[in-house]
Amino acid sequence: MAAVTQDTAVSMGRIARVFIYLLLLLFALFYLLPLYVMGINSVKPLAEITGGNMMALPQVWTLDPWRSAWSTAQIGVEPTGLKPYFLNSILMVVPAVAISTIVGALNGYVLTKWRFRGDTWVFGLMLFSCFIPFQIVLIPMAMVLGKLGLAGTVPGLVLVHVVYGIGFTTLYFRNYYAAFPTELVRAAQIDGAGFFQIFWRILLPVSGPIAVVSVIWQFTNIWNDFLFGASFGGTSQPMTVALNNLVQSSTGVKEYNVHFAGAILAALPTLFVYFVAGRYFVRGLMAGSVKG
Amino acid sequence: MGFLDIRNVTKAYGQVEVLHRVDIAVEEGEFLVLVGPSGCGKSTLLNMIAGLEGISAGEIAIKGRVVNGVHPSKRNIAMVFQSYALYPNMTVGQNMTFGLEMHGVPKAERDRALADVAKLLQIDHLLDRKPGQLSGGQRQRVAMGRALVRNPDVFLFDEPLSNLDAKLRVDMRTEIKKLHQKLKTTIVYVTHDQIEAMTLSTRIAVMNKGFVQQLGTPKEIYDTPANLFVATFMGSPAMNIIPARVKLVDGVPHAALTDADGAPRLLRFSQANLAAWDGRDILLGIRPEAITDPEGADRKSGNIQPLANRVTVTEPAGSDTFVTMTLGGRDAIARMRADAAVSAGQIYEFAVNMEKAVAFDPATEGRIAP
Repeated sequence: MAAVTQDTAVSMGRIARVFIYLLLLLFALFYLLPLYVMGINSVKPLAEITGGNMMALPQVWTLDPWRSAWSTAQIGVEPTGLKPYFLNSILMVVPAVAISTIVGALNGYVLTKWRFRGDTWVFGLMLFSCFIPFQIVLIPMAMVLGKLGLAGTVPGLVLVHVVYGIGFTTLYFRNYYAAFPTELVRAAQIDGAGFFQIFWRILLPVSGPIAVVSVIWQFTNIWNDFLFGASFGGTSQPMTVALNNLVQSSTGVKEYNVHFAGAILAALPTLFVYFVAGRYFVRGLMAGSVKG
Repeated sequence: MGFLDIRNVTKAYGQVEVLHRVDIAVEEGEFLVLVGPSGCGKSTLLNMIAGLEGISAGEIAIKGRVVNGVHPSKRNIAMVFQSYALYPNMTVGQNMTFGLEMHGVPKAERDRALADVAKLLQIDHLLDRKPGQLSGGQRQRVAMGRALVRNPDVFLFDEPLSNLDAKLRVDMRTEIKKLHQKLKTTIVYVTHDQIEAMTLSTRIAVMNKGFVQQLGTPKEIYDTPANLFVATFMGSPAMNIIPARVKLVDGVPHAALTDADGAPRLLRFSQANLAAWDGRDILLGIRPEAITDPEGADRKSGNIQPLANRVTVTEPAGSDTFVTMTLGGRDAIARMRADAAVSAGQIYEFAVNMEKAVAFDPATEGRIAP
């Protein structure tokens, strides 16, 4: 009797599985559709797009839109392409991600392993910073940047993003380190390791998964940020602002193929980070949730 | 003045005192076990010796040097933790020499110390492995090795065997004892397991509710417990505590108690000064092994008293048979030879070794000293 029931269960499972995969495939196609449109239209001459063939494969393949978007397209008043802004973004995002991740790790280390009176309050306030909308801080932030002489510069943007990111990175690292046995820290203290030695030699080597989470989160947010870039970028605006200037220009012909190429260029770095570190991302999130 | 002096040490968290004026002098080479139920303050005391927790009042001195406020790494102590606390990212070898490295010991010397200790503990073949690849017993050895490498003045063990399974625990217990006999190091060892305390120590401090209840050799603790708590905490099965009354018969004190059927029984005391307690209630303490079948009674004892009583339950444990009876209205356990002919429900003539009996004052719960 048992064998019969098992048999039915297996075949039922197979039918359900086929159904689930079909559904997932459908969703995946739906999700990939915009990327397909962007991809094929970025390698078409403009005439083919304006001719009404949005969905069709190009009759003439060309990389000119990509070259134009990268180095010659009109951004605002300068025909520079997206290249200098791309560099601005890199110069902003790399230090901002690195600093906010390191500070977050240190905060998490102190908040879990060097506890002090009122530490939960400090953590609570840092957590609170995750819920403050960007728009609220625009004016005070502008004043602070002005006073520091960092208004309209890349270091200014780095500062803004570090300040805004610390809340999140601290949250990640604190929860990760909370599950890390305190006895290890005590053992290291008896062994004679100091504050930074314990951090560097004992905690950091096992922080890989959560560091990946922090880096992906910060990289995506900072790279994709528009509001701070547009408000505080000044002469060193990031990629997102430049892309907007490219796409939203109200004069001349709308070069859709160039716009598509530019948009893909703007999205490439985050895609790259996800491809390289994506599988660690899930692992890190799981580690934090299961252990914590 | 001892090698490790704990003088009037108190620990308080705010208004709450968790450790009250502890005073212990540990001699060089001694194996002191702090034993007690959870929450008795034994781990707190150990952490204070290690320097992981502050001292609220009193002082701790190692080799004559007061170490209050001295950083853990500068006390020349080493600690073995309950979870072993091995650094997961380092190999066994790196784990063991990390402390030496932090203390600026040159590489060549570190390697020599590592090789010596690895050989002593027979873990030479594990040095390149990560802690995650080791079994529980191996981790335990590595944790001890990490402590040994430093060649500290005092070793601190915080319940090191409680994560091991029963068989391995017994093996490692012997191992630790062997190591202590060989190296003659000074050890302070925390456990809640009274058998570990009895077998390992040269002296035991039994703790409860932040007080040291009794400090003494295992034999002193076992045979002459200072109070009811120590009497019932040490020993398994626990000491039988039987309500009784002192009664003088021809000027000799006897314990008057009731048997299972409520009939009065008399057991002659060996302790003469109990005559002063004539007519007063006491609590009579008799260990299970002092109530036996007549053939199993201790021949060296000068005071074996017969006691006929009804058997409630027999529990053959292989090596012994434990017999439960009612005495003075409470359950009492006797430890008989395995092949003693005894069955539930029968009236059996037990032999009580009254030389080993102790009497407690029911009001203070302290032992009435001879």
